[in-house]
Formats: sequence, C-alpha cells, structure tokens
Amino acid sequence: MADLADKVVAGARTRPDGKVKVTGGFAVSSDLHMEDMLWGATLRSPHASARIVSIDVSKAELVPGIVAVMTSKDLPAKPTYGLLHADQPVLASDVVRFEGDPVAIVAGENLEACRRALRAIEVIYEVLDPVTDPELAEISPPVHPDGNLFRRVVITSGDPEIQGEIIVEGVYEVGMQDQAFLGPESGLAVPDGKGGIDLYVATQGPHQDHRQLAPCLGLEPEAVRVQVAGVGGAFGGREDFSVHPHACILALKTNRPVKMSYLRNESFVGHLHRHPARMRFRHHATRAGDLVKVEAQILLDGGAYASTSAFVASNAARFACGPYKVPNAHVVATCVRTNNHPCGAMRGFGAVQACFGHESQMDKLAAALDMDPLQLRLRNAMQTGDRLPTGQVVHVPAPVRECLEAAAAFPLPPTAVDNQDGYGLPGGAGRTADPSRVRRGVGFAVGFKNIAYAEGYNDDTRARCLLHQGRATITCAVAELGQGFVTISRQIAKAILGVDEIDLAPASTGLIGSAGSSAASRQTYMSGAAVERVCHEVAARAKQSFAQQHSIDPESLLVDGGFIVSKDGSIRIPIAHACPEPIEVEVYHMHPPTAPMDERTGQGDTDVSWLFGAQRAVVDVDLDLGLVRVVQITTGQDVGRALNPVSVVGQIEGGISQGMGLAVMEEVISVNGLVKNPSFTDYLIPTFADMPPVEVSFIEEPEAGAPFGAKGVGETPSLASTAAVAAAIRAATGLDLPRVPIRPEDIVFAASAKPLSAPQFT
Amino acid sequence: MTAAVLMPASVDEAVDMLNSSPGARILAGGTDYMVEVNYGHAKPKSVVSLRALDALRVWRRDGDTLELGSGIRFADIQTSELAKLVPALAQAARTIGSPQIRNAATIGGNVATASPAGDGLPVLFAMEAVVNVAGVHGRRALPINEFITGVKRTALGPGELIVSISVPVASGPQEFLKVGRRNAMVIALANLALIVDGDRRKVACALGSVGPTIIRCDEAEGLVARKVNWDRMRLDDPQVYQDFGELCANSARPINDHRATADYRRHAIAVLASRALMRTL
Amino acid sequence: MDEQISFTLNVNGHKHEIQSAWLGESLLFVLRERLNLWGTKNACEQGECGSCSVLIDGRLCCSCLEMAAAAVGTDILTIEGLAPNGDLSDIQEAFVEEGGVQCGFCTPGMVVAVHDLLEANPSPSSLEIREALSGNLCRCTGYGRIEAAVRRVVEARHG
Repeated sequence: MADLADKVVAGARTRPDGKVKVTGGFAVSSDLHMEDMLWGATLRSPHASARIVSIDVSKAELVPGIVAVMTSKDLPAKPTYGLLHADQPVLASDVVRFEGDPVAIVAGENLEACRRALRAIEVIYEVLDPVTDPELAEISPPVHPDGNLFRRVVITSGDPEIQGEIIVEGVYEVGMQDQAFLGPESGLAVPDGKGGIDLYVATQGPHQDHRQLAPCLGLEPEAVRVQVAGVGGAFGGREDFSVHPHACILALKTNRPVKMSYLRNESFVGHLHRHPARMRFRHHATRAGDLVKVEAQILLDGGAYASTSAFVASNAARFACGPYKVPNAHVVATCVRTNNHPCGAMRGFGAVQACFGHESQMDKLAAALDMDPLQLRLRNAMQTGDRLPTGQVVHVPAPVRECLEAAAAFPLPPTAVDNQDGYGLPGGAGRTADPSRVRRGVGFAVGFKNIAYAEGYNDDTRARCLLHQGRATITCAVAELGQGFVTISRQIAKAILGVDEIDLAPASTGLIGSAGSSAASRQTYMSGAAVERVCHEVAARAKQSFAQQHSIDPESLLVDGGFIVSKDGSIRIPIAHACPEPIEVEVYHMHPPTAPMDERTGQGDTDVSWLFGAQRAVVDVDLDLGLVRVVQITTGQDVGRALNPVSVVGQIEGGISQGMGLAVMEEVISVNGLVKNPSFTDYLIPTFADMPPVEVSFIEEPEAGAPFGAKGVGETPSLASTAAVAAAIRAATGLDLPRVPIRPEDIVFAASAKPLSAPQFT
Repeated sequence: MTAAVLMPASVDEAVDMLNSSPGARILAGGTDYMVEVNYGHAKPKSVVSLRALDALRVWRRDGDTLELGSGIRFADIQTSELAKLVPALAQAARTIGSPQIRNAATIGGNVATASPAGDGLPVLFAMEAVVNVAGVHGRRALPINEFITGVKRTALGPGELIVSISVPVASGPQEFLKVGRRNAMVIALANLALIVDGDRRKVACALGSVGPTIIRCDEAEGLVARKVNWDRMRLDDPQVYQDFGELCANSARPINDHRATADYRRHAIAVLASRALMRTL
Repeated sequence: MDEQISFTLNVNGHKHEIQSAWLGESLLFVLRERLNLWGTKNACEQGECGSCSVLIDGRLCCSCLEMAAAAVGTDILTIEGLAPNGDLSDIQEAFVEEGGVQCGFCTPGMVVAVHDLLEANPSPSSLEIREALSGNLCRCTGYGRIEAAVRRVVEARHG
C-alpha cells in the first residue's frame, strides 16, 4: 500500500488541461455558444424588502428581438428551490426579500435586446423597512413565512459552571466576504427536442443542481441533464443556483438554446457570500496556561434565504474552540434570516469566522498570562485521542503542534527594504511610507475543520472505470473547478492500472450518479477513494479474466503496479493487455457514517475526519496611515499525504491569498441591505503586488482510510490565514483590532473606535 | 447622425468632425468611457477617436514650459524622459490603474473626465497647468482650476478638444503620494501633490479624492513659503512639517463613503502632506 | 434599432471583416462574440481584472476598454496568436510545468501580460514581476506558482 502511494506521488504530473488553458482553448461556461441560441437576462429587485404591487411586461414584449418575457406567474412548476430547504423563489411573486431577488426574466436574440427589455419592464414596489441587523432579526417581523431563525446550535461539554483562574473576554466581527471567482456565472440550456433539457453550467455539484432543478421545471428527473461546463473558480459560490432555473425555463418556453451570463455587478448579487459574524468569546485558563473552558456566542447573518446556513452555523459552533484541548465548553451559534444578501458556502464554511474568534482570544489570553502566543498554542494543542466539545474522539492524525512548529521554523524575512522606490513598503506604488513610522509584526494562528459533510448527511460518490484496448475511461461526476481532480484521478488510475491513455468523461448527471459537490475539501478524499477502489476492482477483474483465458489458477497471480504477475515470476503482463474484452466496473463509495448532534447538548460523532493548518504572518504597518503590507506567510499544513505536491502548494497559496484578503481588504459593504461595492473597482481582492511570498511545509501523517493517506487540502489554508494576519497587525500596532477586514481607519482611529456588538452570554 | 468612428489625422480635422457631428463623443484612451458603455450607462451615437492623431502624443519643451500633448499615455509619462522633467506626474502615473490602463489612458482624458479621484490632477493643479483647447473659433487656454468646474464637469465647450497641457518644468523637488487600500490598481482614498519651485520661491500643494474637485492648500502653502530658507532650500523649523499637514487637512472637504470615512481621508491628508514636505524640504 | 456599422480588424495577422456591429461594442465583445476568439476572457468589463488582456500595436491593453470600431488599423494580438501552430511558447510551457494554472480563467490574460513583461524587461526582479502583473487578478493561485513560472522562463532564457 505504501508502495502504491509512492507510485501515485511519483506519477504526479502537470494538469492534463494545462495546455488548452494556456493557449486560450479552454471553454469556460461563459464561452459556450450555439448558432441559434437566445440570450437570457434577469430583472432583479433594487430594494432590500418590498411588496410587489404590479409587474407590467407589455412594453418589454414589444422590444425588437425579444422572444419571451416571464414572471412568477409563468413558472412551469415548483416555484422555489434551495440546497437544504426550498425557500428561495425562482422568481419573486408577492415580495422581494433582498436587493437582487429575481423578478422577471427575458430571452432575446441578443444581449442588447434583453437589456432594453429589462428596462422596459415596469414593476411597482411598495418599499418596506428591511430587517438588516442580525441581532434584531429574531424579534423582527418574519422576513419569510419560515421565520427568521435558520438554526441555533448549542454545544455543551464538561462542567458549565467551572471558572478559570484567568478569564479573557472578547467581541469580534467578520465582514461579508465574497468568493470573487473570476469566471462569471454562466450557463447554456439546450432543449433536447423531446421535451427535456440539457444544462451546461459552471457549478460545483451537477447532481445537487439536478435534484433542485427538475421539480422547478416540472420535468421527470431523467428529462433533465446537468453537465459541468468550464468553471472559472468557485470557492463555495457555485453551490447554489445562479442562472440554472432561469436559463432552463426560458429555453423550454422558447424551445431554443438560451445562454445566460452575468456581468460582474450582477455576479455580486447572483451568488451567495460568506456569512458575516458577530462573536463573543470568553476563555478560561489556569495560571499555568492550560485552557479550562471556552464560552462562545456566535451570530451569523444568513441573509434572505436558507441555502446551507444551518450547516454553516453548525461548523461555526463545532470549531469555535479551536484545535485545542478544551475540557469544558459552552458554545451557541445562531444563524438568522435578514433582508441582507443571502449567504452560503465559502471556503472554510463557518470555521473561518470561528477561527478568527478563537485565535484572537488565544492571543488575548497569552497577553493576560504574559506568555508567548506560540507557546500557549503549543501547550494546548489538540492531539489524536483528544475529545472535541461534541464528545467525539479525534481518531485521525491531528498534527496541530507539528503544523505550528513548521510555520514557526521558517526564517523570518529581512526587515523592510525600500527598494524599487518604496514599492515594497506599505502603500506600494502610492509611495506613502515613511520607513521610520513602519512597524513590523508577527502573528500566529491555527485552525481546523472537518473534511466532507457532517452530522449524518448522506455523503457518497461513485466512480466507473472502463478498461478497453489499453485505454481507461473514468466516469465520475466531480466538478473540476481548477482544484485538479482531473490530474489526481488520472494519477491514481495510472498508478494502479499502469495505463497511459486515461480519459475522464464529462461530469454529467446523464452519465453517472452523484459524486457530491466539489466542496468541503472532500473530492480527493471521497471521489479519489472511489477512483482508487474502482481501479483496483478493474485490475482484479483483469487478473481474473487473464487467469481464465490461460487456465491459470487466479490464486497464483498478483496485481502489482499496473502488471499482472505470477507469484513465481514467470508471468508479467500489463493490466491493459491482460483482457481483450472491455472491463467496466462502477463502485459506490461512502465514508464511515457520521451522526447527528444532540439538539440540546450538541453531542455526537458528527465528523468523519479533520484538517489542521497553522500560519505565521509577518506584516509591516504604517502606523500613521494604517496601511498594511503583508511581508511573508509561512504555513505548516496537515495534508495527510501530498499526492501532487505542486497542486497542493497551489491550493495553499491560493487559500492563503483569500484569507489574507479577508484580513485587510475584502468586504461586501451593505447599507440598509443595499450593497455599495458590487464591482472589482471597490470589492478589492489581492493583486500580485499584495500577495507576499508563501513558504509551505507539508505535515504528512497519512490518514488510514483516506486514499493513499491523502486528506483534503482545499479549505485548510483559508482557515487561519485571516487570523494570523490580524494577529500580526495587532503585534505591530499594539491595538485590539477586533474586526476584519482591518481598515486603515481601524488602525488610525483605534482609540476612539466604537465597541462592537455581539450577543450576550446566556 | 450616422453611426461612425471618425479618425481625424490632425487637430483641425478633429475639430471639424466634432462640429459637423454634434453630439459626437471624443474617445481617447476609453478607460472611463468604455466602462459606462459596457454597463449600459452610456451609448455612443458617433465617435471621434483620437487614436490616429499622433500630433497629440508629442511633447515639447519651450524654456521652462513643457507642453504635453493630450494624447500622451500615462505609461509613457511614467517611463520616458518626461519622468525627469515632471517627476511628480510620473509618480502619479505609476499609481493609475494597472499597466494595461496606463497603456491606454491619456493625460488629456484624465483632465477631461475630471474625476475627483483622478490621480494626475493634483499634480496638474499644483503645477498650475494650463489646458490648451482647440475649437471651431480657434484656440484658447484655461488654467486647470478654471477648466475643471466640478465633479466630472469641465469648461470644455461643444466641438472643443483638449490639445495639450502646459506645465512648468520642475525647478525643485516634487512629490506625489496616494493612499489606497491595495498596493496596486486601486482608487485613491486621498492623494496629494507637492511642488516646490525654487526659481519662483513658491510651494504648491493640491489634494485629490477629498472634495468635489482638486483642492489647493493656500494657507498651508503660504506658511511653508514664509518658513523656507530658500537659499539652502530647506526648512529649519521642524514644527512646520506638522503645521503644514494640519493646514492641508483643514483645506480638505472629504465625504464618507464605502471606500473610507471623511475623518480618515482628512487624517491621511495631514500625514501625506507632512511626509511630502519632509521629502522635499 | 441602432444603426449598424462595418469595419475591418487585424487580429493575429489576419484581416477580419466585422459586419453589422453596434458602435459601442468593445474589442473584447467583438473578439469573442463575432470572431469566436474565446481565449480572451470577460470577468469584469471595467478594466479591473486583466482577464481580457491583448496586445494592441504591441501595447498591453484591456480589450474590454477598447472600442472595437476604433481599433481599426491597429495590430491586435490575442492569446490565440501567441502559439498559432499549437507549439507552446516557453512562457506557456512554464505556466503548465510550474502549476501556474488552476481554473484557467485568468491564464490567457496573464500569459499575454507575461509575454509583454519579458519583452520589456528580460530579467525582472520579484517586485518588478509583481508590479508588472498587478493588473491581472488571479483568484485561485495566490500568484506564487505564476511567479515561479516567470522565473523559470527568465532562468531558461539566460541559460
């Protein structure tokens, strides 16, 4: 087994789609087109909360080139959808619940006609007062018939009354982050001529789309096929519908292919964001620095619709205490509905917010104890065998200490150099820095999160392998978002079957059952394992067939690294050529079952496994202007086994850049439910000039049961980066800075900052 | 009017075209205008493109005056010999948008767009640039503070075209500083140009992104001009740096918006002004 | 409806007749929707991401901010023109080898920008790389592997 893992790693190769991507030949979903296609477009609510008095589409229908105009009354079937709970209207009928709620859709011969038609639709709204303060949501009028509470998760462990000798309390806030993938939401819906439809769309999970889509279209499941088109990044933002139902409904209505693609301003309302959080923590410790108890109150703003908010709340609660030994805990995480933009999945999924809270607290505790923050973390670091606040025992490698030590082991970068005319200092090209007013700070943070789905949610995948004439075809409906499943699945197949010619079939609901979503760091762990199993099964069948053909006792044969060999060494034949007939096998794979949590105590074996990662951030801060330059980030990351080291480094660097972005610049700014910065001009993500060098250390403790020991790596780098950068800025400035992103004014005017608000402990 | 892109080869031809096609839009780098078009906020009926008008891309030095063709792109200001003659303008150029934007955006376009956050503008205001305009009735020259009349408003008349911008050649140290939330490709929260003119014994400071248009800091300038030891080109009283910053900040008229608070912008101006002065005198 | 116009563009060394276009169409739109050159990507259409980078008369530009009808008479080079025979340039090769490609959306624009950078500056420092490519957003990679790709090319070219 170890040998095979080595073989997989040794077979690490570059992306099979690399060549087509560097030459411009790779079609992302916004590049899809057909000769006779129509364009579709969406009219959205400009109000955060309003009653629709009337909609008049008559003028829009007269716009030259317009083929269809549809409102909620034209919907063919089920009027709502949702990943866990169908509470989101396909088109708003009586009320709109956020700025961006879709109200009408049009299809036309070109985009310009569509835009004119949207302008010609007359909607009369009775504007209502929006519910925008999450702390008031539960006592406000219901935003939706389902009420304003998505979920409250309570986790209680140990002795709730116990007190520590040292107690630190803090209130923290995380702003709304956007996935800001570059590829706009796009899809092409094509009627199949038999009443059914094919949707080609940028998505993370074609089967979950399919499950929601067929009822909205009023079609039998088999009449609807969803195929993953080229995806220009996702990061959680393509878990929910964007164009999906609209493009399909327009295509069915017009009986022509319909393409929809959002401009960037629509993208900011066309997908869900990361939940903003308000958090209150109280940490209890002994004078020696051992954690005694953690209390936490976490409030998440889920916005107008449910999406995955219930699970985000659970994650925030389950990981609120951090990867530490915490004998006693009382954690409450609440996610409420408001008229703000809906929030859902984003890389880290509730654990990012929690990590900012618990790591800020660890620094605060270290200060209270007059202890080195790194030593405090090492002292309390969780290990295999420890019990989580949910009561679950950590049964997998938990190299928290190793991650921290690895991040700390890299040499610190040299002090800021004013080379290239100030470009390397805070402020960059603006040349604002006065080196005598620049201070350096170093901060640590460590975080953890589960792999895959949790709480008993059915988490499965399937893979099929066809071996024929020396060629393997893998069918597995994993959405490739850029993460590299196309690489890793071939690497695994090649190591087991020894074939060079490996095709990967399109990820389509028409070809195979669900692989689950490309989310939750789960696809290598889950579908990688399915590909491993199916390839082993194919190899076994090939051996069986070879034995039968040659009348050899199959027991005398072995499968070894792509060959069928006899135990006596007299036979050695490539698996690819062992069987003249095609061999096709499909496997179903599920990870060991997880359990729901007890509603009252939060106890339960909810998780299958966990990922751990630590970051050290080094920053330079201009004390007078509050500008920050992140100088270096080092990381120790628990990867189990890095099967494709270049890809893993790429995941880590990318995740770190998003975490850093949340620390210093990324925020969807909303006033009374209306977003003020829906553009790349004003929603800032790190540029090349903002991203520091990253030094990566893999912590490789292969996990039994994971494919070749590999854990997921997608989310880990995002978990603690934000907290680490914030800690470094605090270290440089000596300020509290309880909110991210940290704005220049937060540093400059820290002394007069208004205290943050968060729910009180109950 | 016929939908067309007209490509004049001379300034006179451009003026003729503008006058024979009323409502025609002048297109220079397009970096502001095309965003409006792409998002459906503007709709060109007819366009006079300056792309082929090479005459607008030259600069000329006449004694102490530099005449910059309005079609000169910021990338060229950043890297060419101009960077030595008007260093603050080159510094500003480096902060404008991205390399791609600087390869297209022109100094004339920066002036014509008259955005309160236009990064080239504080430098031009501090240098007391003159905007040279051609129209059907001939040419006229306006000081830039008269040319720009408000937020995205100018004195450019119908059928007129900015031909060039005249600025004095640096005769002393110059600085341009800009505060943004990112190290590159970012709109200024506040920016500032400081021009010290050793020959005329004058100090000029202009602020951007902190008012409806660019703001000159008369009081602060006066303070420094009085305190400078012009023979040695230095300030002997360190208190002046701070006072200068405060006076500049007092001149600012910033607003709160999603990019920054007014208080921060005013504070940033004080810091930038002090630092710019320390670097120059 | 609006009046329509026709014009000719010179793209990747070939003349293309554009018929019945609307005056405001950006070069990006025309490349994609009229010439089927889908390699130039559309992420923001306001010059803030660099995904649509092309070379116009040798200058790196955002094609979304160029009015197509005003680009008549220029030489336009798109990502498709960089490796016309299917042979990857050393830069493209390095992007693949060093892991500079993930989702691939920013990649064509980034590759064009790197070509432009190394034309102008054959041995850029790290900060120079960062400044020169600061107009090309990438959301997947955190830029590290892209910088590695640039370094690989620089080292190979200088032996």
